[in-house]
Amino acid sequence: MATYSTNEFRGGLKIMIDGDPCSIIENEFVKPGKGQAFNRVKIRNLKTGRVIERTFKSGESVEAADVMDVELQYLYNDGEFWHFMDQNSFEQHAADTTAVGDAAKWLKEQDVCEVTLWNGAPLAVTPPNFVMLKVTDTDPGVRGDTSGGGGKPATLETGAVVRVPLFIEIGELLKIDTRTGEYVGRAKE
Amino acid sequence: MDSHRLRARVLARVRDYFLQAGVLEVDTPVLSTAGATDPALQSFQTRYHGPGPAHGSRLYLHTSPEFPMKRLLAAGSGSIYQICKVFRDGESGRRHNPEFTLLEWYRVGFDHFDLMEDVESLLRITLKGLVPLESVDHRTYHDLFTETTGIDPFTASVDELRDCLQSHAIVSPVGLAADDRDGWLDLLMTHIIEPRLGPGLVFIRDYPASQAALARLRPGTRKVAARFEAYLNGVELANGYHELTDAAEQRQRFEQDNARRVTQGLEPVVVDEHLLDALASGLPDCAGVALGVDRLLMVAAGAESLDAIIAFPLDDA
Repeated sequence: MATYSTNEFRGGLKIMIDGDPCSIIENEFVKPGKGQAFNRVKIRNLKTGRVIERTFKSGESVEAADVMDVELQYLYNDGEFWHFMDQNSFEQHAADTTAVGDAAKWLKEQDVCEVTLWNGAPLAVTPPNFVMLKVTDTDPGVRGDTSGGGGKPATLETGAVVRVPLFIEIGELLKIDTRTGEYVGRAKE
Repeated sequence: MDSHRLRARVLARVRDYFLQAGVLEVDTPVLSTAGATDPALQSFQTRYHGPGPAHGSRLYLHTSPEFPMKRLLAAGSGSIYQICKVFRDGESGRRHNPEFTLLEWYRVGFDHFDLMEDVESLLRITLKGLVPLESVDHRTYHDLFTETTGIDPFTASVDELRDCLQSHAIVSPVGLAADDRDGWLDLLMTHIIEPRLGPGLVFIRDYPASQAALARLRPGTRKVAARFEAYLNGVELANGYHELTDAAEQRQRFEQDNARRVTQGLEPVVVDEHLLDALASGLPDCAGVALGVDRLLMVAAGAESLDAIIAFPLDDA
């Protein structure tokens, strides 16, 4: 069992807390004038996304979480699982709804995502920062209005709904920033 | 360069303060054959390869200049001060760097009450025009604990300390032994009390005898040490004692420290026999305090981290 000493604590380190894989957000070393030193850490539970605070006696060890971020290509959704593939090893991974979470609405087949694996199984999926998605439904475009002012909702091929300029029409390919969920511009095929 | 100017200015004021007060600046070795036994302090070690010892000898980098300064006091130096770099392994964070500048001074004939006044005067002069000293408060460890947490730090059981932490939504830490009562008190201190100290200068005194370090014990019903800590705007700045002068008791504390080190899986530290000899020959009645200069500068600059004050912190050194 791999362990980390509190001396190795830093932002991003993956450790096991109460049986769940967690990522250290912030590590603070505290010590009274004389006496025992502690590491006071803010930790994100990678399963629930919840942020908790924990204290360790300095010098203690804690179990390492076998968590790694890998680039995987999204293949398809079979109705229950989202299937991903490692483009080097061709190894496939199936992610459930909990792991995919909000990323689901941005997942387009063949896009490469960052997938967090815990003990080899998908724990979380981060879509690419930018995705190119086709408009499947929106109000008719207003020709000549290129100001972008106002805007209207548009449904994309993945089901996501984003605000787009008035001139956008059904069938157009758009570039979307998945971090903000905002329209960036038109994209070329 | 602002932090260097601030440092130069503050140190010039410190030296002027002690010159006016007739306290002599001294210089003692950084390297020593003996180290600090306190289990909470880890000394860096290095080796000397001669001429002299055939196979080299171990040397500790000092964690404070306390022992040699006490030897000077015992030799009749009178009141003395020193500004020097000290080294503490395993300490790094916003308010810690493994090497830092310490201002340590001893006043012959003072007790810790006189010395707290001295600390306040020094801070008033050195911080003038830099950061206002909003208030000065004197609290005992007992009263501060009782008022902040509702529990008596001298009588509460470890279970009660743990319940208190839980009521502040602090989960019991990993690795803290159930019988390490001082460890639990330290946890309450760092997690509950220190963050609520607020602005101004706060002196906390009369620490439990079990946390006496190198302070003498005070007579009375409650077993307390003549030890104080000074906090400025919530930052722990200085630790002072009415110094223990009893050589036999000092040796006993060194031995207890080393026994605790062994139970904690730490290497015992070579005890400073020179210091014990000096105490046996007679240390004058005195009080001494060590003040973290970088932390003082950090507060003076209104900074949140030592990185703003230290030119090259460890990962950049």
